[in-house]
Amino acid sequence: MRIKNRMSGNEALGQAIRQINPDVMPAFPITPSTEIPQFVSNMIANGEVTTHFIPVESEHSAMSAALGSEAAGCRTMTATSSCGLALMWEELYVAASSRLPIAMCVVNRGLTGPLNINAEHSDSMGARDSGWIQIYAENNQEVYDNMLQAHRICEHESVRLPIMICQDGFITSHAVQNIVLEDDADVKAFVGEYKPEHYLLKANETMALGPYANSPYCMEAKRAQAEGMIQAKKVILDVAKDFEKMTGRKYGFFEEYKLADADYAVVAIGSAAGTMKDAIDKLREKGVKAGLLKVRVFRPFPGEEMAKALENCKAVAVMDRCESYSTQGGPLGAELMSAMYRNKNKAEAINIVYGLSGRDVTVSDVEGVFERLADIAKNGVKDKQYTYLGLRG
Amino acid sequence: MATTFDFKEIQSREDRLAPGHRMCAGCGGTIAVRNVLKALHPGDRAVVGNATGCLEVSTFMYPYTAYEDSYIHNAFENAGATLSGVETAYNVLKEKGKIKENFKFITFGGDGGTYDIGLQSLSGAMERGHDMVYVCYDNGAYMNTGTQRSSATPMFADTTTTPAGRLSAGKPQYRKDLASIMAAHNIPYVAQTTFISNMKDLYTKSEKAIYTPGPAFLNIMTPCPRGWRYDAPDIIDICKMAVETCYWPLFEVDHGKWILNYQPKNKLPIEDFLKSQGRFKHLFKPENQEYIALFQKELDRRWEELLTRCNA
Amino acid sequence: MALKASQINDETKWQDLTEGLQIYEPATSKTFETGEWRTQTPVFDEEKCKQCLLCVPYCPDSCIPVVDGKRRAFDLMHCKGCGICVKACPFDAISMKPGK
Repeated sequence: MRIKNRMSGNEALGQAIRQINPDVMPAFPITPSTEIPQFVSNMIANGEVTTHFIPVESEHSAMSAALGSEAAGCRTMTATSSCGLALMWEELYVAASSRLPIAMCVVNRGLTGPLNINAEHSDSMGARDSGWIQIYAENNQEVYDNMLQAHRICEHESVRLPIMICQDGFITSHAVQNIVLEDDADVKAFVGEYKPEHYLLKANETMALGPYANSPYCMEAKRAQAEGMIQAKKVILDVAKDFEKMTGRKYGFFEEYKLADADYAVVAIGSAAGTMKDAIDKLREKGVKAGLLKVRVFRPFPGEEMAKALENCKAVAVMDRCESYSTQGGPLGAELMSAMYRNKNKAEAINIVYGLSGRDVTVSDVEGVFERLADIAKNGVKDKQYTYLGLRG
Repeated sequence: MATTFDFKEIQSREDRLAPGHRMCAGCGGTIAVRNVLKALHPGDRAVVGNATGCLEVSTFMYPYTAYEDSYIHNAFENAGATLSGVETAYNVLKEKGKIKENFKFITFGGDGGTYDIGLQSLSGAMERGHDMVYVCYDNGAYMNTGTQRSSATPMFADTTTTPAGRLSAGKPQYRKDLASIMAAHNIPYVAQTTFISNMKDLYTKSEKAIYTPGPAFLNIMTPCPRGWRYDAPDIIDICKMAVETCYWPLFEVDHGKWILNYQPKNKLPIEDFLKSQGRFKHLFKPENQEYIALFQKELDRRWEELLTRCNA
Repeated sequence: MALKASQINDETKWQDLTEGLQIYEPATSKTFETGEWRTQTPVFDEEKCKQCLLCVPYCPDSCIPVVDGKRRAFDLMHCKGCGICVKACPFDAISMKPGK
């Protein structure tokens, strides 16, 4: 039975995991994702799932054990944040290149240093080239919905790549919001049983995994892996269509909020999109044609589609909750502007770093960004193309 | 657990490590792997794990795997964690009735992947109680990258990061006693062995390690002709001397009980182990004799400690 | 269908490599000749051999096949000529000759 409820993002993920009932979950606690393995452990203790939990001694071992379990033929999930994700770094690449569709709940938090526990995208953005699919959420409903779609995407035979389901630390993971939970049986049917083609424990077949590969094979292997990511684009949209049939909730690579006729647009990932929508509503009342492009899928990067969606804008602010220290801006800025250039977009574009380590972003902050965009549309980019929002000094 | 040793029957078993791998001629590591895998009962399947190292890059060079069984290499420092994931998956699939066959889980790591970079992952896997065997093929240095010292390297060995020179007598520290560290995990079975006579010691310990329920750890001294600098056939004498000098005692810790498997009637001086190896050549210069005495002193202390533990 | 290891070589296109470079067959290394490395070759004297099999576990390259409890001729396709078996033999039934 479909249930309306109220819960946090982590609780929503806990419910999704209960319904998916993965075979194995190795995990190590780290704020703000700690609740997820706690929920799973509780559900195991109370017989609500048949998942085997591996209480590993580090995140590196969490991902290592996840790799072993997935290679052995089990649907495997884990969860982490920040430095935990950083400790997994090496393993992220091994999982992707081994074509093992592990699903990971990433509760985004800034990387140290300084040590801080709040929302930022530097953890998963740092892993953006590791070969994992990355799907981001604005709120708890989206986290839950993304999680339900994850296995259908990552386990698809044309994809077979690991997937990160990302949400903002505390803002989404801990804040309680209204949510619709789908029926257990419907979810089970939607997600389906895991039937890997090859695995270590398969009857009448051996499997060898993780070779040393000489140069004649490595480049071809990497191209073949990239093909999985290319194919993921179609699969993500197909799965979203099926999901819409079940739930009525529509998903794509990104959400366009009042973007169709917008002169000025902001592009952002995650929870700050909610604040931006409020600011846009206020500006629209004043007759300002403001809009938002909220990125859901960052890997594979839907650059062409985003550039097209922005092609009638006069000025665009790409918002990064992550500093890349390139001196050129953040990762979303770099990638989207490159896509806009290829698409010959005429809009002026700037890149704004905001919300680092959980720094609040307010409606008036966003209104300020739109004011800047209006000025830029009229007078061009006068100051720096890459700036900080809400910074003292 | 009781084990039987029928040498001819065991040697008649099919090799589970196939030829055609690229390990060096005369490699001790491969001798260990072959003989450990021989202890698997015919009919049982296995998943062989492997930390990055010589063994990995030489026995699974795409598309050539040397293993008759399923095999997983992940990275350098995580062979313990990786196999713990495989073993957990086995329990799940068995529980769900999705597999019928019996599998055993054996992972191999060199001393670099085991004593050093992989120690945490190994410790975690052992502490959690996975039913698996971790085998360290201990050749006493990072051989895959060119003989850099490890915490398993014997005292005063000349390695590429502890070179003997005008101001250096080689590695200053004695080796880490990893078997004791593993025994301190209070796992069901820990043993230390090497290649002696008809390999009965190695076989028996491997069989116990594989068929004792729960985690087990085997530490096998596997001489490396390149890194230790000796002629490949001398491996037999070197292993014998390692045991006769008590540098490498043969012992096991079976459910907490320390057992000395061999006590030389006449304990030989450490020189008899050192002298045939190029990595200790510098110790035999007249001005370096004091170092041999220091080595002997520490060896004696550890041997006495082991005798006490084993109540021998 | 994934290619067999024997069909994969440095001409194989990226579309045809096995997914994640996984191999679904056992012991594919058997087709690789390491015997070419040899600079000296073991010679087995069947007269002197007592079939004690002590040489067998000492071979690093699994090159001494045992059939019906008896060792057979060396697998020279793979033997790297290390000479350990010569020392392992208590009956001088194995010697090394220079070359392949």
